[in-house]
Amino acid sequence: MGTKIKCRSISRGVAQGRVLISHDAISFLGNVDPKTGIVVEQEHELYGTSIKDRVLVFPHGKGSTVGSYVLYQLSKNGVAPSAMINIESEPIVAVGAIISNIPLVDRMEIDPYEVLEDNVMVKIDSQNGYVEIIDECYKLD
Amino acid sequence: MHLTKEEERTLGGEDGETLQKAIEILVALGDIYGADRLIPIKSAQIAGVSYKTIGDAGLEWISDLEGKVKVPSILNPAGMDLQLWDEMGISLQFAQKQQKIIKAYEKLGVTSKCTCTPYYLDNFTLKYGDHVAWSESSAVSYANSVLGARTNREGGPSALSAALIGKTANFGYHLDENREPTISITIECDLTGSDYAALGYIAGKTVGSRVPLFFLQNEPEGDELKALGAAMAASGAVALYHVDGVTPDARKMKYGINNENIIIEESQIREVYDKIPDNTAQTDVDIVAFGCPHCSADELAHIARLLDGKQVEKDVWVCTSREVAERYPQFVDKIEKSGAFVVCDTCMVVSPASENYKLMMVNSGKALSYVPSMCKVPARFGTIEDCIKEALKGTGT
Repeated sequence: MGTKIKCRSISRGVAQGRVLISHDAISFLGNVDPKTGIVVEQEHELYGTSIKDRVLVFPHGKGSTVGSYVLYQLSKNGVAPSAMINIESEPIVAVGAIISNIPLVDRMEIDPYEVLEDNVMVKIDSQNGYVEIIDECYKLD
Repeated sequence: MHLTKEEERTLGGEDGETLQKAIEILVALGDIYGADRLIPIKSAQIAGVSYKTIGDAGLEWISDLEGKVKVPSILNPAGMDLQLWDEMGISLQFAQKQQKIIKAYEKLGVTSKCTCTPYYLDNFTLKYGDHVAWSESSAVSYANSVLGARTNREGGPSALSAALIGKTANFGYHLDENREPTISITIECDLTGSDYAALGYIAGKTVGSRVPLFFLQNEPEGDELKALGAAMAASGAVALYHVDGVTPDARKMKYGINNENIIIEESQIREVYDKIPDNTAQTDVDIVAFGCPHCSADELAHIARLLDGKQVEKDVWVCTSREVAERYPQFVDKIEKSGAFVVCDTCMVVSPASENYKLMMVNSGKALSYVPSMCKVPARFGTIEDCIKEALKGTGT
């Protein structure tokens, strides 16, 4: 069993996936293509990367409130993240996650940028309020 | 956040998936903003209506929901007049999508009236201290400031969730401590009519999301307060303001001048009227648009008086709610006899039809803020009389 880190639950559910780190905030309206799940904003740190089935770690959402509906579209198109971790959630992503059945947590007891890196396998259990690091030594070279 | 047994059951899914999601949204927002509980609301006004704004993403979500709203619920302005969309120059494809959105809301029991001034409509009038979940920024400002009701600025899904549950989370402007002024603004010159829209346009940029307390030389009326609040909610993010001796909270609480007090000069107000947008010195105004926010009965009467017996030479939109238009056919007739168009359910800010024009003239500080960015049409500002004069130009009247 891996390390469990406590966090606050925003959107309830349980999911597992490989971490994708973004230090930039995300505006789902405009930054992400709802058909493919690929980040299309050229200025964005994740430009060209797919967020499909990943555990997306980013500080918080930004931009238009329509971003909530874009998360719903991503989910219906099967290209949504499997879960999301924020530093501090705000309403756009919180609402989007809930209507799309995507588990969302924030305020991890340990800074996610300290303990997580790209491709690490984690489990998000926002029913019970923790993030579990499954394969701590996994690294993709 | 404390939930009642009944609310816990809804959250557990016993009342179906739509209500489970709805209460989950309310609880999540309550947690984010530190609410202690859910409180009952009197009505809801739901954003996320114009197809131009929410697109297919929003349409899909609303169409998938099931259930009925528990309190009187109404919609923000749509992207077109729901009856006369063709006359507005709206494409069939857009109109069909827009109608689908309206139908999806109707299925949920939402009244399919689209307006930014619900407070003029039956079932949506408010009393001091009423709690509501309203969305449209000028309606939120009017409800909080002019009527002394209490609402946060809800997003589309949160307002719809509040409507379905009949409650909202108790935070922000629902609480006394967040309603006190945090900055004061003093105006030493006399103001009238659209001067208040110009004032709001300037003040919003400085105030941001704070709660301003105005000290004015005059006592503004309802339509003037509406214009002031709408402009501040657009150029800034003001959801509540007070006017010393005028608005209900200010009369009751007798707030004093704040440590941070700014003075707005007459010359700054003048600048808003005089400003010619970049690259439009040679461009003629090709549309004059009133009704941002939607016209009251008094505003319709005023425009009807000014247009009586005249013919407009340019496209003129007079935007209002269908219910107010239907209540005052005598004003509507006079306005339409002049060649102007009484537009219902929508406005110059949210309708893609605005994009067909080159230069718009408005008497609204809110439209002045939004039309250039949201419709990519430059805008000039004038009094209601200036706007009518521009509309009649060339007729020799």
